[in-house]
Amino acid sequence: MFRKPNPSSGVPIYVQLKEQVRHAIETEALKAGDQLPGIRSLAETLVINPNTVIRVYRELEQEGVLEIRHGIGVFVISRRRSRSRAEEMRDAQHLVHEFVDTLKKQGLAEGEIRRLFEAELAGEIQRR
Amino acid sequence: MAAVIETIELKKNYGNHEAVRGLNLSVNAGSVCAFLGQNGAGKSSTIKMLLGMIHPTSGGGSIFGHRIDEERESLLIRQKVAFVAEDKRLYDYMSVGQIIHFTRSFFPKWNHALETQLLERFELPPERKIRQLSKGMRTKLALLLGFARGCELLILDEPTEGLDPVAIEDVLQIVVSLAAQGTTVFFSSHQIAEVEQVADHVLMIDHGQLVLNASMYEVQEEYRQIQAVFTDPVEERDLRLPGVERVKIEGHIASFVASRNVDSIVEHVRMLRAGNIDVLPISLKEIFLEKVRARS
Repeated sequence: MFRKPNPSSGVPIYVQLKEQVRHAIETEALKAGDQLPGIRSLAETLVINPNTVIRVYRELEQEGVLEIRHGIGVFVISRRRSRSRAEEMRDAQHLVHEFVDTLKKQGLAEGEIRRLFEAELAGEIQRR
Repeated sequence: MAAVIETIELKKNYGNHEAVRGLNLSVNAGSVCAFLGQNGAGKSSTIKMLLGMIHPTSGGGSIFGHRIDEERESLLIRQKVAFVAEDKRLYDYMSVGQIIHFTRSFFPKWNHALETQLLERFELPPERKIRQLSKGMRTKLALLLGFARGCELLILDEPTEGLDPVAIEDVLQIVVSLAAQGTTVFFSSHQIAEVEQVADHVLMIDHGQLVLNASMYEVQEEYRQIQAVFTDPVEERDLRLPGVERVKIEGHIASFVASRNVDSIVEHVRMLRAGNIDVLPISLKEIFLEKVRARS
């Protein structure tokens, strides 16, 4: 169900895989309660380092998308929550879209907008 | 995490030529560690020293805690490590089946299932004599003999050299699969794309010295290519900051690789009145070229 990440795209492999998992859940290709492939089998299928798979699963667990039941497997978190999460993301995406549009109209370049976002997020992390 | 391979100030001279110049390596258990460098950078000499095939001029190291420069301990190392050499040397007079049988008898933890699986996957004819095998077949056979040994550490010297893309994918898949089962893999390669795919740690050597020692995570998250366009001409010394690698200046444009501190570097560059600053991700290949060129 997942595509092989492209190692030379400039986007880290774990980011590519994480996006794929997220996308599968948002489009409901993976539904609440569905089990994801095991670490070893996914690493073998995609021919990527198993630690990369572990990292993606852990991060998505922290983000409340997946649940890791030790010794059993990795599952998509319960319907209600993951669904509202997908909706939240869609709403947020809409807001970001409008915001970026406004900034562009004010004459900011894409790179500048990206930097502002990154600086803001980096500042967030430091303040925490 | 425990280090499986460790070297301290490892050196090797051939006459006047210093092939390995004070290497401090450390490979963690369970890691898939790539060992990169140009031809003649000292990769094979290092691997041979690790396996006790040549003696260090000075310095030393250990594998699973056994010293690499002590003959008796080196023997223990060779029992615990599966090594596939660059030249894939095999006994020409044996058939494929015979050499498998022969090798199997030395290794009590031999993985029979993997042997069967690889014979089929690599399409190796058991009856054929080794001298009649093509170069690719020979490489596949050498890899089979290494993979099936059931060792905790695999050392592979350019494992995919001379293989077709299908076989390369097979080999990488086995590496990934063994790593998922806890095997530590240390492999040298010139194929940087495959390294990015399967490795979780990268060691890069140039002229016998370590020039990069980083997890793949660090490489992907922290290394950036930065290009800045200034209104006034800048000088190289304005950009000497921690984390800035070799700076290239062409008129008003400065470009360089940052290995860390990207945020504070960008901040500094902005204060130098840069009109435009581009921060881009960088591939391992570009880092490799940068590291190698910076020294030559």
